[in-house]
Amino acid sequence: MPETLAELSVSLWRGAQQGRYETYVVPQRESQTVLDVVTFVQRHIDPTLSYRFACRVGVCGSCAMTVNGKPRWTCRTHVSKVADSGRLEIGPLENLPVIKDLTTDMERFFEKWQAAKGVFAPSQTRHDAIVQIRPDTPARRAADAAIECINCGVCYAGCDTVRWNASYLGPAALTRAWTLVNDERDAGNTARLQAVAAAGGCHACHTHQSCQELCPQALNPTAAIAGLKRRTVAAYLKGEIEA
Amino acid sequence: MNVRLYVWQRATAALMAPLVFVHIAVIFYATRQGMTAADILSRTHGSIAWAAYYGVFVAAAAVHASIGLRNIMAEWLPVTERRAGRCAIGFGILLAALGLRAVAALVLS
Repeated sequence: MPETLAELSVSLWRGAQQGRYETYVVPQRESQTVLDVVTFVQRHIDPTLSYRFACRVGVCGSCAMTVNGKPRWTCRTHVSKVADSGRLEIGPLENLPVIKDLTTDMERFFEKWQAAKGVFAPSQTRHDAIVQIRPDTPARRAADAAIECINCGVCYAGCDTVRWNASYLGPAALTRAWTLVNDERDAGNTARLQAVAAAGGCHACHTHQSCQELCPQALNPTAAIAGLKRRTVAAYLKGEIEA
Repeated sequence: MNVRLYVWQRATAALMAPLVFVHIAVIFYATRQGMTAADILSRTHGSIAWAAYYGVFVAAAAVHASIGLRNIMAEWLPVTERRAGRCAIGFGILLAALGLRAVAALVLS
């Protein structure tokens, strides 16, 4: 049993879109994560608390929540680094509809992945020889830079442009599009550039860089969006895509 | 904002950057030389070069500002992008008309 250090005052969002914060007292422990705190409340205080998690090791991207005002992956966020004076306020991710308590409806987030043509479009069949991809080309390096996105929604929840512009595709979907734009095996770039060049696409980004600051995987969606801006402008000026 | 508006806004910004620099340099020159409004107007009167310079400046500013205003309205006001676009076009025409009237006063008076 881990050593108990003190007590935490934890405010958790309860309800759906309309709701309120309710405060719980949770024992503080060594190496305790925010997800541990939420789990403690559900298992020991109120079993009706709803939240989402799966792997608990920063791989699945399920457990993102708003912690003391910032979106974070809770399974890899230590309480000692974010609890100001022993207080935690944990809410659902912003910019997404709340289903119940700490659980948000991610449908809109993933629909925007589809809208940004975030699905790989194969250029060959299984009968063709496997293409040799050099890992040191600039295009492959750009693709590799963002391929570790875990779809946690932290960048989407922290994005001011998403907050102001409901049609904006958001940093995660655009980063995925940038990965595929740089994948030489992909055959869907014209449609993809067309999709991200439309209203609500990459040109809606204000370059606030919140996504870059908040991304738990230390990815740089801002740079990916800047790359899409350059690539779409070039395609537009060449007449490959339309406005 | 789509790619067409983005290109227009960035292109007009790139065009205005050197124009602003020259405009400020002219202001410094005129004030340091102690030129009166009459002195300035006597030099700009009938000048095709100054008419072209400030005419381009006004056109670029009208396009650039109206696209920016369109984005602000679409994000901050409860209006559709279409309505914001119409308002921005009206604002751009007003800006161009006022600016070109000033240019006309500079070279025709």
